[in-house]
This record gives sequence, C-alpha cells and structure tokens, in this order.
Amino acid sequence: MTDLLSSVEQEQLKAEVPVFAPGDTVRVHVKVVEGGRERIQVFEGVVMRRRGGGVNENFTVRRVTRSVGVERTFLLHSPRVEKVDVTRHGAVRRAQLYYLRGRIGKRARVKEKRVQPSA
Amino acid sequence: MTQVFSEAGQARPATVIEAGPCVVTQVRTKEKDGYEAVQIGFGEAKRLNKPERGHLKGLTPLRYLREVEAEDISQYEVGQQLDVTLFSEGERVDVIGVSKGHGFAGVVKRHHFRGGPKTHGQSDRWRAPGSSGSGTTPGRVLKGTRRAGHMGHQRVTTQNLEVLQADPERNLLLLKGSVPGPKEGLLLIRKAIKGEF
Repeated sequence: MTDLLSSVEQEQLKAEVPVFAPGDTVRVHVKVVEGGRERIQVFEGVVMRRRGGGVNENFTVRRVTRSVGVERTFLLHSPRVEKVDVTRHGAVRRAQLYYLRGRIGKRARVKEKRVQPSA
Repeated sequence: MTQVFSEAGQARPATVIEAGPCVVTQVRTKEKDGYEAVQIGFGEAKRLNKPERGHLKGLTPLRYLREVEAEDISQYEVGQQLDVTLFSEGERVDVIGVSKGHGFAGVVKRHHFRGGPKTHGQSDRWRAPGSSGSGTTPGRVLKGTRRAGHMGHQRVTTQNLEVLQADPERNLLLLKGSVPGPKEGLLLIRKAIKGEF
C-alpha cells in the first residue's frame, strides 16, 4: 500500500530539481494562461524560504516593486514552474528570511556569497 | 493523502487506494437466502479457521469478506474477479469506511465546543462543557444534548468523490479528496448514488 503511495508521488516529481537556497536571487519562469493563450512570465526576487517535502515542496520568492512587497509561493514540482534560474547566491544565516519583511531600502539587501570557482 | 497535478498544472488533493482485485465468494439468491446480494472478498489471509476454509473452498484465502447489494445477481458467479476497471476517470464514487477511533472524547474535540476562559482566575474550566440546560423548568437535561463520549469508529460515507485515476495494472484508484478511516483501513467503494450536481 505504501509502495503504491510512493509510486504515485514519484510520478509527480520532476526529474531534475533546480538547485537554490534561501537568500539566492532567482528568476522563476512561470506558465500563465492569458485569454486562452499560454505564455511564460518571469518573477524575479529573493528566495525567502523553502518548505515541505516530496510533491508538496514549495518555495517563496519576495520582491519589492514600487515600494510594495510582493511574495509568491511556488510548488517546486508544479508543471507550471518551467524553470528556476539562480542569478545570485546570497550569504544568509537562517533558513527563513522573514526579517526581510520588516526592512526597506538598503537594509533589505542580502549579502552576496562568493562561491569559489571549482578547479 | 497526497497531491497530484492536473493537466492544467493545478495541484489537487488525492487519496491513493489499493482497490481490489476482489473475488466473488458467494451469491445470495432470493430462493435460498430470501434476498439478493453478492459477497466479495479482498486481501490475503494469514490463517483461516476451518469453517472459513470450507466457505472459501477452491478460492485463495481471503482476509476480508463483505456483502454488497447488486442490481442483477445473475451477472455474478463464485470465483469471478472484480477490479478497478469498474471505475473510470472523471466518474463520481461514494466511499464507505470506519472513521478513526478517538476513544472517550471531551466536548471540545467531539462537538467543537469552545471550552471556558483560560484566564481571569479560572483554574479547571478550560475544556469544560458549561451549562447543560436551564433551571427548574424543565428540571432535566434535554435528550440529545451534546456531551462527552465515545467518538469515531463509526461507519462513515463520503459521497461524490471524483476519480482522478484508475489503473488496473497496479490496482490503483486515485480519488480527489479524503476518505474516512485510518491509513491501511478497509473501504467499500461504489458508484455515486446521487446524480450530477
């Protein structure tokens, strides 16, 4: 029975899961249906958290546009999430960056993590 | 429960059910039993007692036996297999199961009472039921007043669940939403008795 459950869940998972962590700046390519037509929309922002596991694994991206904070949560394995590009790695010390919500302007920045180029 | 994505990319709640294969073990007829029904069996029994072995002679040892109503009993004969091919995607079904037992449950859990205040000098009224009725008139507690008592472990029917997937190869039935009872619990699944709505 549990084998059946895991086999159903396995089918739902993506073969390749994008690698990113809280603090990273990402561009999420989302499929949106507009008037019967499907197109790709890009949502760029800082990954605020990742939570859940299996099919339900999801992540929240925060961006501030015109001084209005916007947070969108995506299901990692959703077929609507076309791809996730990491544009910048962030150096953060916690897994949930809720503190960004209370900050504006320069204080709401995330320090960049310099990744050593592998030889 | 888990979730599956629809073609439109929506995540939908789903319950995975191992449905069948069930075997017809007995056909009840009007002449012999006074009513018409079909007895079906499911699962693998570890051990059967002698009367059970006699009843299932010529069949594999079955763990569960249940009797279900049938429209036309002449369609069924002993040894016949029933599986998920009975159901198809998009169809509505009713699921009957035995709900999870909660034991002797208080009024807050059982009837969603609010309980008493937590502060203002209260010491032992947190989950208390409060007053159970008026005073001298009527001078008794009305029948049917909701009280603490045994909760769960009852036959529960969930109606009109949508079939998301039916795979006879894996005996898999995927239903939208939740079903009564614990994990690995025994369920009875029938076509929805209520029509489209």
